Amino acid sequence: MNDTTETRPQPGKPAILRRRWGISLIWIVPLLAAAIGISMLVHAWLSEGPEITIFFRTATGLEAGKTPVKYKDVTVGAVTAITLSKDGSHVKVKVALMQSAKSLTSKDSRFWVVRPRIGASGISGVDTLLSGAYIGVDKGRAEDTASEFTGLEMPPPVVGDMPGKSFILKSEDLGSLDIGSPVYYRRIQVGRVASYQLGESGQDIKLQIFIDAPYDRFVTTNTRFWNASGVDVSLGADGLKLKTQSVATIVAGGVAFASPMGRQASPAPKDTEFTLTADQGTAMAPPDGEAQYIQLKFEQSLRGLSVGAPVQFSGVDLGRVVSINLDYDPEKHRFPTVVGVVVYPQRMGRVLEKLPKLEGDNDRQAALFMRSMVKQGLRAQARLGNILTGQLYIAMDFVRNAPKVEMDVNARPITMPTVNGSFDRMQEQIANIVAKIEKMPLDSIARNLDTTLVSLDKTLTQVNSQVLPQTAQTLQQTQHTMQEADETMQQARQTFGNVDSLLAEDAPLQQNLGQTLQEVQRTSRSLRVLTDLLGRHPESLLRGRPEDASTVTLNPAAPTTKEESTK
Amino acid sequence: MTGAVSARRLGVVSCHACGLVCQDTLPQEITPQAAHDPHVPGSDAPDNADRGRSYHVDCPRCGAPLHRRRPNSIARAWALLLAGLIFYIPANVLPVMYTSLMGKGSENTIMQGVIEFWKSGSYGIALVIFIASVLVPCTKFLVLGVLFVTSQRRSRWAMKERAKLYRMVELVGYWSMLDVLVVAVVAALVKFQGLSDIEPRIGILFFGMVVIMTMLSAMSFDPRLIWDGDTE
Repeated sequence: MNDTTETRPQPGKPAILRRRWGISLIWIVPLLAAAIGISMLVHAWLSEGPEITIFFRTATGLEAGKTPVKYKDVTVGAVTAITLSKDGSHVKVKVALMQSAKSLTSKDSRFWVVRPRIGASGISGVDTLLSGAYIGVDKGRAEDTASEFTGLEMPPPVVGDMPGKSFILKSEDLGSLDIGSPVYYRRIQVGRVASYQLGESGQDIKLQIFIDAPYDRFVTTNTRFWNASGVDVSLGADGLKLKTQSVATIVAGGVAFASPMGRQASPAPKDTEFTLTADQGTAMAPPDGEAQYIQLKFEQSLRGLSVGAPVQFSGVDLGRVVSINLDYDPEKHRFPTVVGVVVYPQRMGRVLEKLPKLEGDNDRQAALFMRSMVKQGLRAQARLGNILTGQLYIAMDFVRNAPKVEMDVNARPITMPTVNGSFDRMQEQIANIVAKIEKMPLDSIARNLDTTLVSLDKTLTQVNSQVLPQTAQTLQQTQHTMQEADETMQQARQTFGNVDSLLAEDAPLQQNLGQTLQEVQRTSRSLRVLTDLLGRHPESLLRGRPEDASTVTLNPAAPTTKEESTK
Repeated sequence: MTGAVSARRLGVVSCHACGLVCQDTLPQEITPQAAHDPHVPGSDAPDNADRGRSYHVDCPRCGAPLHRRRPNSIARAWALLLAGLIFYIPANVLPVMYTSLMGKGSENTIMQGVIEFWKSGSYGIALVIFIASVLVPCTKFLVLGVLFVTSQRRSRWAMKERAKLYRMVELVGYWSMLDVLVVAVVAALVKFQGLSDIEPRIGILFFGMVVIMTMLSAMSFDPRLIWDGDTE
């Protein structure tokens, strides 16, 4: 093909040059594309985190492929699939977490669905109204990881890394508390109830509370917690009490705490156990220590005694009534009341230290001590605490002339002898009074009274007819006398006026008096001169004035006469 | 077929840059001898076969390199097509768009978007998106692949139709950026802070790359190669 056609104009003959490249560079493009593709793949593979399954009761608001999983409001994964569990009781939510969220798969991590909630203690999750629900996570602390979790139905009130401390409260019952119930310190909300669970024995409730950071230091080792739920109305032997912490607690319940005054204590460490008491009064009372159960058998009816009524020992609240039961005595055919009381010997305070130490276990010690006291006349008594309400309380006191009773030390529960209470005695006294009143000759008294009244009537009419006119006369006379007295008074005033004028400064009497006094002064001066002269020259009386008497007045003789005249 | 007279046959070559026609001094004799192809005169042989010797001929007037067919045409086209194909994977797997409406945000890949529109009843939009971003690129890959293979094999099969196909592919190429444009326009328009927001995601970049690669691939393909089989 080298030949060219001669007929056409000759095209030029371009020279042959060396080529520069062997392989085309264009293959770099697909290689680059592949490199990018592979790097994306590797990146995706590396950033792919663990896949976990969460069980929820419902999948309300959750959407496969859409619903994010957020930790601290950062999306760390997404729901990939939602399926029903085999038995249909709950839903299985598959979640693909990011690589960075690997640490969230700790065994004790908690998952919950954040959706708008309106509860007694507030509104939460408002942002999800628009954005839709998402799954919230609280990072657990456990080293072990898990791939299956049970989601919480409610958002946890305390999230793992919140500053603050949690404490354990032991309580007899939950009351109106719930998860999220507020905890108050001086009526400021400082925390909330995080969780609660029944104790292992089923006898108590363990509440976990969380106190936020600046306030947790106020929880000291001797802090007392009490239930501030609702309105606390108590009608006891000491009257009516009504207490509430804040309006919110009436609805949602709450816990309050305080430390007793005047005692310094170090802040309590994390997870310290405290007792949650029913009210503030009990909480702030000194610690009770060991309780001692005592049984009391009363012969009389105990209307007005209720469970919880105080037990007092010489005015000190020692315990309370825990049970009231009827018993039957076959010998006497009576129905005595058996009252169970719990006393806290610790409440006696320092007295305990002074008491003799006895041997044996607690029960025996108490029984021995009580026996010695019973010998001294210690008895239990049901007394009237409040006349208006008729509430009774149990008093332990030394009763004089109490009938001797021997106490059985080995009997359990310890039984303390009783005497009929002041309440009964009062009843007896009232009965006596009533009987005496009945015995009174009320009829004759009434009759006598009647006749007396008649004579009184007569006397009065007499008084009316005779005494009264006389009295009128007397009154007139008195009036007259009064007029005279008035005149006398006027005269007296005149007299006083005269006296006044006499005593005035410019009155002649005054002037005379002044002159007289000056005279007297002068007289006394000359008298002194005379006496001086006489003192020095006694002979001058006889001989006359000596020549050298320089200090002597001019006329010594005259004063002498004057002196005599004044005298 | 029979009467087709090509510049090669006449022993001339025209400069692609300035249109000067000059004698074909390109060393094509070597080509048929050293051709790997089973076919007789490999026009693309210099691309494939001249491993040992490499030289080129420049236009005597303008100095642009002279070639009978675009050099490396098929190889380039293949390479770019392959790159496009590779890019097509992340373009489909990765999300192309992030839409948030009233605080509820989601990232969607192309197919997710199609399915979503289909489910919500907007069949038209779903269809448009599907055609623009799935059907068209896929057919393009297929068409180009067929063109390249047949041209390489100097097939004489349906040459006219193939040429038509090629023109169609070129034409469609302009419109393949539809998806990218939609995302770009929507992302620019829908910016209502808090209420609604649309942002592009990395997938759309790959999709754009796919379009660019396939377009470049179609451009680097020399359509005359379709007819080379005819010269025999």
